Amino acid sequence: MEFSFYLIQLLNGIQYGFLLFLVASGLTLVFGIMDVINLAHGSFYMIGAYLAFWLTGIFGSLFLGIVLAIPLAVALGFVVERLAIAYLYKKGHLHQVLLTYALILIFDEAQRFLWGNDSHGVDIPAALSGSITLTDIQVYPVYRLFVSFVCIVIGVGMFYVIQKTKLGMTIRAGASNRQMTQALGINIERLFTIVFSLGVGLAAFAGMIAAPIDSLYPGMGDNILIISLVVVVIGGIGSIKGAFVGAMIIGVSSIFGKTLFPSMASIVVYAMMAGILIWKPQGLFKSA
Amino acid sequence: MQKITKPVQLFLLIALGFALWFPSVGDEFYVELLINIMIIAIFAMSLDLLVGYTGLVSLGHAAFFGIGAYGLGIFFGEMNQYSIWAALPVSLILTALAAVVIGWISIRTSGIYFIMLTLALAQMFYYYFFESKLYGGDDGMFISTKPDVNFGSIQLLDLGNEHTFYYFTLGILVVVFLFLVMILRAPFGQVITGICANEQRVRSLGYATQRYKLASFVIAGTLAGLAGFLEAAHTGFITPSYLGWHESGNILVVVILGGLGTLYGPIIGAVALVLLEDFLPDITEHWKIVLGMIIVCVVLFLPNGISSLSGKIFRIPSQIMKTILRG
Repeated sequence: MEFSFYLIQLLNGIQYGFLLFLVASGLTLVFGIMDVINLAHGSFYMIGAYLAFWLTGIFGSLFLGIVLAIPLAVALGFVVERLAIAYLYKKGHLHQVLLTYALILIFDEAQRFLWGNDSHGVDIPAALSGSITLTDIQVYPVYRLFVSFVCIVIGVGMFYVIQKTKLGMTIRAGASNRQMTQALGINIERLFTIVFSLGVGLAAFAGMIAAPIDSLYPGMGDNILIISLVVVVIGGIGSIKGAFVGAMIIGVSSIFGKTLFPSMASIVVYAMMAGILIWKPQGLFKSA
Repeated sequence: MQKITKPVQLFLLIALGFALWFPSVGDEFYVELLINIMIIAIFAMSLDLLVGYTGLVSLGHAAFFGIGAYGLGIFFGEMNQYSIWAALPVSLILTALAAVVIGWISIRTSGIYFIMLTLALAQMFYYYFFESKLYGGDDGMFISTKPDVNFGSIQLLDLGNEHTFYYFTLGILVVVFLFLVMILRAPFGQVITGICANEQRVRSLGYATQRYKLASFVIAGTLAGLAGFLEAAHTGFITPSYLGWHESGNILVVVILGGLGTLYGPIIGAVALVLLEDFLPDITEHWKIVLGMIIVCVVLFLPNGISSLSGKIFRIPSQIMKTILRG
């Protein structure tokens, strides 16, 4: 009983950590490579969730909805990068904060305009709606395991792309020294567009697969944004490995915090971040 | 600090004259709105000291605003009668202490890490008040009455009167503005603007830059607490959202919208934002989209804020005058 209770919490924590990793990895790359603070990143998570809700409603299948929503999200990322973010590359952090904050206002209100103020839910697809029996009374939903599994696949895929392909090589080069990469003849502007669009795609995808286990409500992007910023800063800006470790630390500790000290759960996360930054002001894994 | 030019001085005096005159003719609704604008202007000026003059971009400044407000609510909210000489120092001391703690931790980092750390620490305070049952949690707190401003047994001001509160807030706004001008002209101000321009060089001149940054952080925080105190006393109501990061983002918008590092810019920003927030909802229900687009346009076309517009406006006639005189 005791053991399986903790096992469930641990699994939930890991699954939450994986989702955070998807959101935070895009954010950390945009931070590290483009040197842009994107406060609107959480909005893309929200947009992903609502796109999944909308398309699932039309086609009656979550999988079809997600498959159709991903290109839409990446296209949105491309448009936003070209119209707004591209202007920020030579600007200071302050203008980035201001402009992306304005984007949050626009996206949040657009969401209210399109889908209203009510909170919504998405049904878990029938094929994954079962549960695994742990003990006589405790079960674990298959869909949550599925989410973790999908995140692992994407994480491995991302690792492969970043470590083994030419695109990944330029991304890593861009993260460690932007000027030098540019001097070597890499089209850094194009790289930025790709990285930003992919980051948006990842955040939106996280929102899509989380839609059935999380409820959809206006402003849902804000919570995930703040938590992902915490993850990125703990891990070290620009480091994918750091984003993974940070996401796991925050995911597991916030789930355990919620069950063990319900009234202090949110504080635990921020206290942990403050502690880590006092200990290592540049985060756990400084960008390579 | 940068010298306040003659046209700007004239503009500020006209604005002050307008503010003094307005309650005698204006609608009560707009008197109320102007109090709101002045409180936000004080809050924004305090942030300008930090962001515009010291070069520390804080995304957690609302924490101090909120602590100033809660200081009033927790200790005096249920009292039927209390003196401002007790209530104001309590709020200011609490915010100053919080600013020392948050500042001491945050100034060890810089750049993005500073932004994130101030955000995280402010969120801790936000969640503390949001989740703690002791202080009303997410329902917030009510303050039953406004503070007495007495000297001995003589009543100096009746803050319950809306017009008196208006002039009281205006007086504080002017005092805060002059105080900030004073400290920015003093050697202290020279050092912190030096830190903003080049911290390494200031340190090599033998200044303990960390201490100056902390001092600037604490002054800014305490002034934000003053604004929070006024807000709580004015509305008689506090919610945890005063400390939330949306409020921090909003006040940063006010500062940048008006013009960073000018002191009068944040006042212009406060006027602009409050009027927009009052005026836009009449046009469309989804006014936040419009507000967002206006902010985007300011970032793209007026990166130095609305106050830089004044320079442009004043420059053209003065150039025309010069050409005429020379011709």
